Amino acid sequence: MQLIVSTILRRLALGLFTLLIVSFIIFGGMSLLPGDFSQAILGQAATEETVAAFRKEIGLDQPAITRYFNWVGAIFQGNLGTSFSGRSGTGQTQAREVAELIAPRLSNTLFLAGVTALISVPLAIMLGLLTALYRNSVFDRTINAATLTTIATPDFFVAYILILFFGSLWQVFPSLANVDATMSLGERLYRISLPVMTLCLVILAHMMRMTRAAIISLLASPYIEMARLSGASQREIIFKHALPNAWAPIATVVAFNLAYLVVGVVVVEVVFVYPGIGQLMVDAVTSRDIPVVQACCLIFAATYIILNLMADIIGIVTNPRLLHPR
Amino acid sequence: MTHDPNTYSAIAEAGEVLKRRSRSERVWLVLKKAPMTAWFGMVIVLSYFCVALLAPLIAPYGEAQVFAEPYAPWSVEHLLGTDQIGRDIFTRLIFGARNSMGIALITTLLSFAIGGGLGLAAAIDRRWLDQALSRCVDILMAIPSLIFALMLLSIFGSSALNLILIIAVLDSTRVFRLTRAVAVNVAVMDYVEAAALRGEGLGWIMRREILPNIMPPLVAEFGIRFCFVFLMIAALSFLGVGIQPPTADWGSMVRENASLIQFAKYDLKAAVTPLLPAAAIALLTVAVNFIVDWFLHQTSGLRDEK
Repeated sequence: MQLIVSTILRRLALGLFTLLIVSFIIFGGMSLLPGDFSQAILGQAATEETVAAFRKEIGLDQPAITRYFNWVGAIFQGNLGTSFSGRSGTGQTQAREVAELIAPRLSNTLFLAGVTALISVPLAIMLGLLTALYRNSVFDRTINAATLTTIATPDFFVAYILILFFGSLWQVFPSLANVDATMSLGERLYRISLPVMTLCLVILAHMMRMTRAAIISLLASPYIEMARLSGASQREIIFKHALPNAWAPIATVVAFNLAYLVVGVVVVEVVFVYPGIGQLMVDAVTSRDIPVVQACCLIFAATYIILNLMADIIGIVTNPRLLHPR
Repeated sequence: MTHDPNTYSAIAEAGEVLKRRSRSERVWLVLKKAPMTAWFGMVIVLSYFCVALLAPLIAPYGEAQVFAEPYAPWSVEHLLGTDQIGRDIFTRLIFGARNSMGIALITTLLSFAIGGGLGLAAAIDRRWLDQALSRCVDILMAIPSLIFALMLLSIFGSSALNLILIIAVLDSTRVFRLTRAVAVNVAVMDYVEAAALRGEGLGWIMRREILPNIMPPLVAEFGIRFCFVFLMIAALSFLGVGIQPPTADWGSMVRENASLIQFAKYDLKAAVTPLLPAAAIALLTVAVNFIVDWFLHQTSGLRDEK
């Protein structure tokens, strides 16, 4: 037990440290901006004073280290800064708070990703187990060829093919996923059916192949052979010997793919005009709205790091070898 | 070899066997045994390269030549119609092969130069260099690369050069990991130590002692990374922050014409048009994957079954 706790603590510390460095990198981006960008954001009409005031507001007159701590401190209070867009050269500003922009969109994205994960994770693990057990059968080979093709295909291609068939030729699902807070749950689920299908197809292929590979490499290990030679039944081998050791690789696979989902969501949201955080980020990148980009980037990176951290911790907790240290 | 049974000579036959096959004969022997999927992949990749190289000769019109009618239907003069401002789609598909593949290839080469070089150096010098580089790579890999690329592009602006540099650096982390992992096993071999004792420099050991021995996994990885880079550039262009117009590119072509899909009920041909560049991307990446699969089987007998 001692060993497990200390391993987990070490892993947690490492995760926090990574997050710290990542926040530093994201923050550092701001300092790399070319000097004339205040002018570019406020427009040609901006006067000397408004430019100076704007530079003062985003703290460019202070040393970078002070700005970094102010920025991190503000984030812990839920204040992500003010968007660059909506500012004008005359000094009046309609700029909105970044947190206010992000909050509704973040919950939309989490909803989309959550529904996708609920469908794809159990399906992928089941299919992965089946293909590993019936390895090299026709079933296995068909699924393998299909998943290889899906992996090598751009996400937006899958999305548009689904739109072509289900949104345009047979209009069974809406091809635009414009949801808002007033809709009922059923209505929202119906609206996001095509994006969920797209994400599921993409994630499923990755997750299934990785589960299959993990199980196969596990079944090839000496202690499984030993169990088989000692006369254990197939069921006993899978559930008693293979599965306890398989949780770690399976958790890694799931976390890896949920992290992949974080990225996949960006493209899919743009295709289906879904009001999520991915689309917000792309819009912000196009208009070079740095505070929004930073906030989105930080959220994506934090999700990614936390998911990987969780996979590692599940791996540590379920590792039977750590329970009985020598 | 046919032998006249009356004048058979065992010595002559044994002598024949000793004749070594030339390199081209050996390559042909391996290729003859390649499965259908690998052949399919090679034919596709070769024809893509031909199209990319000969683009100005094949294309009926200029890359950014604008015609009077936007969204023209498929016809004899515009084989696949025209796009939203009246440019010939067939022409842009052909030029797109050149631009998209060219940029992806340069990016992959650059990322291998960076990642491979540093990976080898880290594998040989296992002290502070390895530690420093590995920790940097860990941190860089903690941010999803598409998100990281989006952030960097918003800071530096989207130009072809920035795109190439940013993606090459982000992708080189993966190359570094692989190169280091395979090179570490080779770097502890006696002949490497002998070379070091002989007084050879770091560059020599990297190039002449280790690199030849880790070539197969690196070549396979090159194919895989090329696909990743290609898909990433396509995704960024599709999002509108990658390759900028008027340069023809498959990712942005999908985005520009996507609204045509809505008219599938009235004109199926027009609705399929925006899918063509996406299909071109998919075909290329699938083809490269087939070749890589076969290559891995060939070089290492690497199979997932025991």
